[in-house]
Amino acid sequence: MVSKKVELLVGFFVALGLAALLMLSLKVANSGMGGGGESYQLFAKFDNIGGLKVRSPIKVGGVVVGRVSNISLDDQDYIPVVTLEIYQQYNKFSEATSVSILTAGLLGEQYLGVQPGFVHESVGTLQPGDFIEDTKPALVLEELIGQFLFSQGSGEDK
Amino acid sequence: MQQIQSLGKKTLQIISGLGRAVIILVSALMHVPNIRKGTPLLMQQLYSVGVLSLLIIIVSGVFIGMVLALQGYTILVGYGAEASLGPMVALSLLRELGPVVSALLFAGRAGSALTAEIGLMKATEQLSSLEMMAIDPLRRVIAPRFWAGFISLPLLAGIFSMVGILGAHLVGVDWLGVDGGTFWSVMQDQVDFQKDILNGVIKSIVFAFVVMWIAVYKGYDCEPTSEGISRATTSTVVQSSLLVLFLDFILTALMFVK
Amino acid sequence: MTSSVSETNLVEIENLTFKRGERVIFDKMSLSIPKGKVTAIMGPSGIGKTTLLRLIGGQIKPESGNILFAGKNIPLLSRAELYEARKQMSMLFQSGALFTEMSVYDNIAFPIREHSQLSEAIIEKIVLMKLEAVGLRGAKDLQPSELSGGMARRIALARAIALDPELILYDEPFAGQDPISMGVIVRLIRSLSDALGLTSIVVSHDVSEVMSIADYIYIVAEKKVIGHGTPDQIRNDSSALVRQFINGEADGAVPFHYEAPAYSGELIKKHSKELTK
Repeated sequence: MVSKKVELLVGFFVALGLAALLMLSLKVANSGMGGGGESYQLFAKFDNIGGLKVRSPIKVGGVVVGRVSNISLDDQDYIPVVTLEIYQQYNKFSEATSVSILTAGLLGEQYLGVQPGFVHESVGTLQPGDFIEDTKPALVLEELIGQFLFSQGSGEDK
Repeated sequence: MQQIQSLGKKTLQIISGLGRAVIILVSALMHVPNIRKGTPLLMQQLYSVGVLSLLIIIVSGVFIGMVLALQGYTILVGYGAEASLGPMVALSLLRELGPVVSALLFAGRAGSALTAEIGLMKATEQLSSLEMMAIDPLRRVIAPRFWAGFISLPLLAGIFSMVGILGAHLVGVDWLGVDGGTFWSVMQDQVDFQKDILNGVIKSIVFAFVVMWIAVYKGYDCEPTSEGISRATTSTVVQSSLLVLFLDFILTALMFVK
Repeated sequence: MTSSVSETNLVEIENLTFKRGERVIFDKMSLSIPKGKVTAIMGPSGIGKTTLLRLIGGQIKPESGNILFAGKNIPLLSRAELYEARKQMSMLFQSGALFTEMSVYDNIAFPIREHSQLSEAIIEKIVLMKLEAVGLRGAKDLQPSELSGGMARRIALARAIALDPELILYDEPFAGQDPISMGVIVRLIRSLSDALGLTSIVVSHDVSEVMSIADYIYIVAEKKVIGHGTPDQIRNDSSALVRQFINGEADGAVPFHYEAPAYSGELIKKHSKELTK
């Protein structure tokens, strides 16, 4: 009923379609977190998160070690809480670690910069679910300019 | 008075048309093709719905990708942001142009052919003949076409996006001199599997559903004359294109706006 | 209905009423089709002869009345029962209705493949037998588009008898045929009926051909049966309507003019309207 040629062409078509979808998911998309690779969660409170978004990268010295998985306000004090999804292989951050919200380039995306703290006997490592205490909020351009003008003004007074 | 009557008549016609369309849809979906008899039928339809649409999809995909790269480059280079060419092209293809344009081309190529084919089968009494042979035309004729469309369009949309990105690579990297490594790596950084690729696939499945439903219904319900068939073919293309664009807006709002 | 009637009649139509929209097509019509005979249903065009065949085939449902096929009332059957009943009947459509995307051979093999689990070798034998019966064994590898109108109808006939049905419904089998293929089809209908003991219903308005093959004739006009009998009885029928139809007179009981207001009145009215403009 169905000729060999038709079967062959259909097979070719389906293979091509699947290959395209596969290539899209492997070559075009980041194949990292999407599949739910091994990771653990840390939390950090910021006074201001600026332009940080869910899925923004978390970097240590420029190396991506995880992504922001959630941003919400604390129930009681209404301070932004950022959930950090860190890859499992980086599981020895010390409790003295600090995070800050940085900007890639002048107009670029914002990301979380992590400064690993020193390791010492008296300082434990961060466990999944812990809060990182030492945080620096995002720099907001308007505030910066405001501070700059203020300091200029006070400088002239002297 | 007469206007109100004709309004009522129109409404009743629309409702009964919708009812018939739903009946066709349900019967087509109920008949998942069985392995022994259905596979060759599905093969045949995958050929005429999918393989025959391949050429137009690939050619349009390449050109749309190339044009996107050209236009995007001239705009982005003004901000010194030509490194973002990759994600710009990839995201517009994966999220919008891939599913939508391939659905529109699919409606024009496969949908209209399907309506004409089914309409012709009706006009030449082939459908009646099947019924009199105690073979349900919905099972034998409609269902395999429906499923073939379901399978084909997401694949076609994937191929469209892929060749579009390759076309953009050709123009952006090989011709305009954007760095190849940046092109891919920035793209990989920005494109998310679930959010962009999966949503694109979901979109094209929805579009396949819409286009096939309209095409099959228009063919099955057309007046069995030459004018009836040509009118049905035209309205398949028009209605499915409009519905695809409308649904695309709804889906985009649901998927990408939070 | 006594049991003896149902034994001799394969199809029994009782008090059939069918409307299309507001228009009444059949009004309490009754007729019966004897088993193993060729029964013709004749009448002027547009009186719903094809509709009658579709009613028997269960493709449309009547307003009221019974259509009994082998004792089963077609309009009341469930979908599955109807499909089961249809396996015992087949219909030769006016256009032939061959499947355009398959060859002649596959067209005839199609109903067999769909409804039986027979092996390809047996199917091939059956198909060749059926093709031989219509004299077109040499055409088995052609596509339907390569056939002439007469050949297409013969192939369609071969497909109609592929499953050895009890009843064949012929929808205008002679329409648009040249005299030779008309003669071939007349012979085929007769011989299939005699050789296989098929019951045939022929719907047509070609008087002479029908007269030559039918065992029994019903003439349908004006929503009901206006005359019936063997060809000889029909020829000698005294009814004006029947005489007009058989002899092909332009004017008579069925008027030449479609119902209209008085001719002179309409002309003058239009004329006066134009004058006032």
